Amino acid sequence: MPHDHHDHPHSLLPSDPALRVKALETILTQKGLVDPAALDEIIDTYENRIGPKNGAHVVARAWVDAEFRAALLADADPVLAEMGYYGRQGEHMVVVENTDEVHNMVVCTLCSCYPWPLLGIPPGWYKSDAYRARSVREPRKVLAEFGVALPAETAVRVWDSTAEVRYLVLPQRPSGTEDLDEAALMALVTRDSMIGTGLAVSP
Amino acid sequence: MTRPHDMGGRFGDGPVTPEPEDVMFHADWHPRALALTLASGSLGLWNIDISRHAREALAPKDYARFAYYEKWIAALADLLVAKGALSREELATGQAIGDSDLAEKRLAPGAVAGVLAKGGPATRPGGLAAEFVPGDTVQVRAQAENMVVDGGHTRLPAYLAGRTGTIVRHHGTHILPDSNAHGQGEAPEPLYAVAFRATDLWAHPENSGDEVIADLWQSYLSRA
Repeated sequence: MPHDHHDHPHSLLPSDPALRVKALETILTQKGLVDPAALDEIIDTYENRIGPKNGAHVVARAWVDAEFRAALLADADPVLAEMGYYGRQGEHMVVVENTDEVHNMVVCTLCSCYPWPLLGIPPGWYKSDAYRARSVREPRKVLAEFGVALPAETAVRVWDSTAEVRYLVLPQRPSGTEDLDEAALMALVTRDSMIGTGLAVSP
Repeated sequence: MTRPHDMGGRFGDGPVTPEPEDVMFHADWHPRALALTLASGSLGLWNIDISRHAREALAPKDYARFAYYEKWIAALADLLVAKGALSREELATGQAIGDSDLAEKRLAPGAVAGVLAKGGPATRPGGLAAEFVPGDTVQVRAQAENMVVDGGHTRLPAYLAGRTGTIVRHHGTHILPDSNAHGQGEAPEPLYAVAFRATDLWAHPENSGDEVIADLWQSYLSRA
C-alpha cells in the first residue's frame, strides 16, 4: 500500500501561507463544511479562556494543600476533572514533581503534544525543531538558554510525550512564600515552570 | 528509514528562543490554520493518528521549509482530498463545486465549547494483558518503523530503537497508533512509561544521573 503521494494535493493551493489558509477556509465555507463563526469561537477559547492560568491554579493549590497534592500526584485525571480542567489534549494527565533531587522537563520529539486544558496552545519554541531535537540529548544546555542552571546533583528527567498521555511539571515552591495564599502563589507559577524549562518566580 | 518529524537527538538545530507567555501566534493566519484544522476534525473523516501521519508524510523538503501551521494546513488539504471531502479541482480553482453530504456534520459555533471539553480519550477496556510491571527491564525493538505498513505511522522514536530501559509506569490500555493511523482498527495495548539512562542513549551525556522517559506500547518492547 503506497503511503507517499508524489503529487500532494496541497501544492494546488496558493503557496503563500496566508493566502493558502484563506483559500482553504473559503472553499470549506462555500461547501458548508466549516462555519467561520465556529473558527472565531475556537480562537477566542484558546486566546482568552484556556491557558497557563489553569495550570497555575493547580500548582498553587498543590503547594498549599498536602492532601490535594498527594491525590494529584497519585492519579491526576479525577482531580483535574473536578476542577474543570479536562478536555482536548488533556485526556490522560500525569503530574510530575520537581524536588532538589529531580528536575522534570517535558518535550514532544515527534510532534508537539502538550497539555492544552492546563497550558493552552504550545509556545513557538516548544514546537521548534531545536527544542524537539535537543531536549532529549542536551537538556541542560537547553535549560541554560532559558536562564536555568541546575546543580550536578539534581538529575534531569526529560519526558518525551510519545503517546496521548500529557505531562505537567509541578515546580518547587519558592522559599519565602510561607505567608502567601493560593491566589498570590498563582502569580509566581509561570508557563515555562510547568513545562520544566523555568522555575517558579521568587516573590 | 525515518521521516523528518522524528528529530529527537538530532544535531545542528541551533539555539532555542524563549518567548513571553502573551505571544501565542506570530501571524494572523496561524490561529486561523489551527481553528480550521480543529473544525474540520469534527467532520469525522479521520482520527488523531491519521492526521499526525498526514503531517509526517509531507515530503521531507516541505516538512523542513514549512512553518509549523503550514504543515497543518498542507496536511489538512491532503487529507480532505484523500477522504473525498474536497476535489483537486476545488483546491486548484479556489471554488467549491457542488454540495457535500458532510455539511450536516459542520461544527456549529455553539458546539465548540462542548467539543473541546469532551476531548477524545485514547484508553480502551480489554485489549492485551499487561506483560510488564514497573521495575522490569525491557528492550525496545530495533526498527523505529511501522511493522505492518511499509512507511506507515509509528510513535517509536528512532533515538530509542534497540535501547534498553526500565518500566516506570503502566498507563493502562491505549489505542495503538501504528494500527489506528491506517484504518486497521484501534488494536489497544498496554502503554508504559519507560526510563532510559542518558548514559545508555548518548556517547556524550551531559550528566550521568539524567534520564529520558518515553511512553511506549507493549508491542514496541520485549523483556531484556
